[in-house]
Amino acid sequence: MDLGALFGSFDNFLSYTAGGLVFGAIYALIALGYTMVYGVLQLINFAHSEVFMYGTFAVAWTFIFFHGTGDATWSLGKAIPILLVALVVAMLMSAAVALLLERVAYRRLIRNNSPKLIALISAIGASFALAEAMGLRDRFAAWFGLDDDLADYVSPDKARDVYSNPVTIQPHELFTIGGYGVTDVDLVVLGAALLMMLALDQFVRRTRLGRGIRATAQDPESAALMGVNSGRVVQITFLIGGLMAGAAATLYMMKIGSTRQNAGFILGVKAFTAAVMGGIGNLRGALVGGLVLGVMENWGSAVFGQEWKDVVAFVLLVLILLVRPSGILGEALGKARA
Amino acid sequence: MIRSSRARRAAITLAATALVLSACGSDGDDKSNDAAGGDGGGASELCGKNLAFLGALTGDAGALGQNMVGGIELALKEYNADNADCKINLKTFDSQGNPDKAPALATQIVNDDTIFGLIGPGFSGESLATGKTFFEKGLPSISPSATNVTITQQGWTTWHRVIGNDNAQGQADAAYLTGEVGAKKVFVVDDGQDYSKGLADTVKEALGDALVADDQISVGDTNMSAIVQAVKASGADAFFYGGYYTEAGLLAKQLRQGGFKGTFMSGDGSEDPNFVKVAGTQAAEGAVLSAPAGPPPADFGASGLYATQAYDAANIFLAAVQDGASSAQEINEFIGSYSNDGVSGPIAFDENGDIKESKIYAYFVKDGKLDVENPQAIS
Repeated sequence: MDLGALFGSFDNFLSYTAGGLVFGAIYALIALGYTMVYGVLQLINFAHSEVFMYGTFAVAWTFIFFHGTGDATWSLGKAIPILLVALVVAMLMSAAVALLLERVAYRRLIRNNSPKLIALISAIGASFALAEAMGLRDRFAAWFGLDDDLADYVSPDKARDVYSNPVTIQPHELFTIGGYGVTDVDLVVLGAALLMMLALDQFVRRTRLGRGIRATAQDPESAALMGVNSGRVVQITFLIGGLMAGAAATLYMMKIGSTRQNAGFILGVKAFTAAVMGGIGNLRGALVGGLVLGVMENWGSAVFGQEWKDVVAFVLLVLILLVRPSGILGEALGKARA
Repeated sequence: MIRSSRARRAAITLAATALVLSACGSDGDDKSNDAAGGDGGGASELCGKNLAFLGALTGDAGALGQNMVGGIELALKEYNADNADCKINLKTFDSQGNPDKAPALATQIVNDDTIFGLIGPGFSGESLATGKTFFEKGLPSISPSATNVTITQQGWTTWHRVIGNDNAQGQADAAYLTGEVGAKKVFVVDDGQDYSKGLADTVKEALGDALVADDQISVGDTNMSAIVQAVKASGADAFFYGGYYTEAGLLAKQLRQGGFKGTFMSGDGSEDPNFVKVAGTQAAEGAVLSAPAGPPPADFGASGLYATQAYDAANIFLAAVQDGASSAQEINEFIGSYSNDGVSGPIAFDENGDIKESKIYAYFVKDGKLDVENPQAIS
């Protein structure tokens, strides 16, 4: 244990914190998907991690489509036009996967009022199926005889291997806080995540659709009696979760630059943890939970070594839940007041 | 190198075990050659029989196994062209590099009477999982690529390898960093897997006082910002990573972006073009990746990492056939006393089955790509 690494100097402390916040923002965006669906359906959408993973591939594909496969290093400014397109493509891709998931894995179960456990198992199955399908994308292309034409996209024989965006986005240091050079990429990741959160929060609090979502979350039967189309609300919930996951995928690819068919798994577990930590079903809780988890991981790494970071983060989760069983903010989606 | 059995989370379509060139040795030949056994070619009882290859032909590491089979087939082609009356053929067994799948294939191999020698297993994990089976049945084996130190400490006297183990590589890497690079403070990280930790531990030990700090990540980690911070705080002028190319690439990328200016070095697990893809050309530039395998000679008829080692391994068995060895024990004795120059370097085995003299090479990332043709010998 090396407390000096973290607390030895204020600069170090700030650096570890800042690095954690950037990753925490990505956790938070993914956590929104878990929290929204849980808020409305009291269902853990286990396959949400794959919704995110499909988004990361969409980002890489967009870059390959516009730029080709030649390795290049660009500044953020140069990459912004393609990044914006990639953001739209990734959000659409993730939203499409989320809606497909709702249609195939959940709709009948929800309609038949089946136990939540059944839906959870269905979600786990869908998660595996989606991840493995991405790992077999070359075979799907081969069925249509397209594996040669699409070789850059499906990477024949290596579909399970790591898959990178050919364009590396080189961050530029804007200013330093303590010893940590804050880069344009970090700022965009944090800023974009906060902006998306704010927009979503306002959407749920102020719009008619948002009111429908909250009403369904509070009491589905009464909401239905008041004329809320609950089936539609569920779809919109999945759609929003998918859109946010697509945005998270774009920010993730900006920062990390490579993905693989099982990349969603670990991030999904972390994001779900963030959602629970903040108070599952609570949008603002997802943000708080994501940031706290990101920062805690980095602090844990600093003091105990990187291999201990998950131990630290999850012990913290247990402690928080012991004291506040409903999470840090603990307020359900349905109870959020306009 | 070891490939961990990555969580294969669902039933995958069955990868058909490729049975290549299942030979039907002609009875006539066998009879007429029964009385043989002396020197000279084409007179062994092993004529018409098979060598086996066990390793990954599909899956994440399939390309490496394909390289090896390419080398073996080249050796067999050359041999069979000169010895038309005593042909030897190859049977391949695809383990996907997975220690869970290899044992069943090993049983198949030892129960196949037409197989007199094994080239493989490809990776360390599957070697450890199958070594006992081969040893108990007395089937001689030569691995072109399994480098984990502990394999040859099991007492399996039929097990050999034509490649330097991770100890040799780790010591050469440490010597390169402190000598040629002139590093005074080296930060060492690994991913905790058998291969990675073994290599990193050897490097740490060989570095001695030059080791400034160490840390461990997990496979699948993507956020390296805490390591970057620790490296910068330690004032390290070189960084060594024991592990595979995905995490190595992410580390190189985030270290450079975090302002680390020192030398980035990793071992053969990272020696893959994907390292450059993950790190990005700018961050990968100048990275040093070591491997216990050199490039093939210019006129060599097969390509890829480990092709030369596989070619040499096959040639040792073929030399045993030509020498008139007729039983597993005779082949094993022949391998034990073998000493010759192969295309991958001088080959002779110590009493454990390790190669006596191993060369470690440093490969460099230059002009945005991994230069596989001009490595530098560092041991």
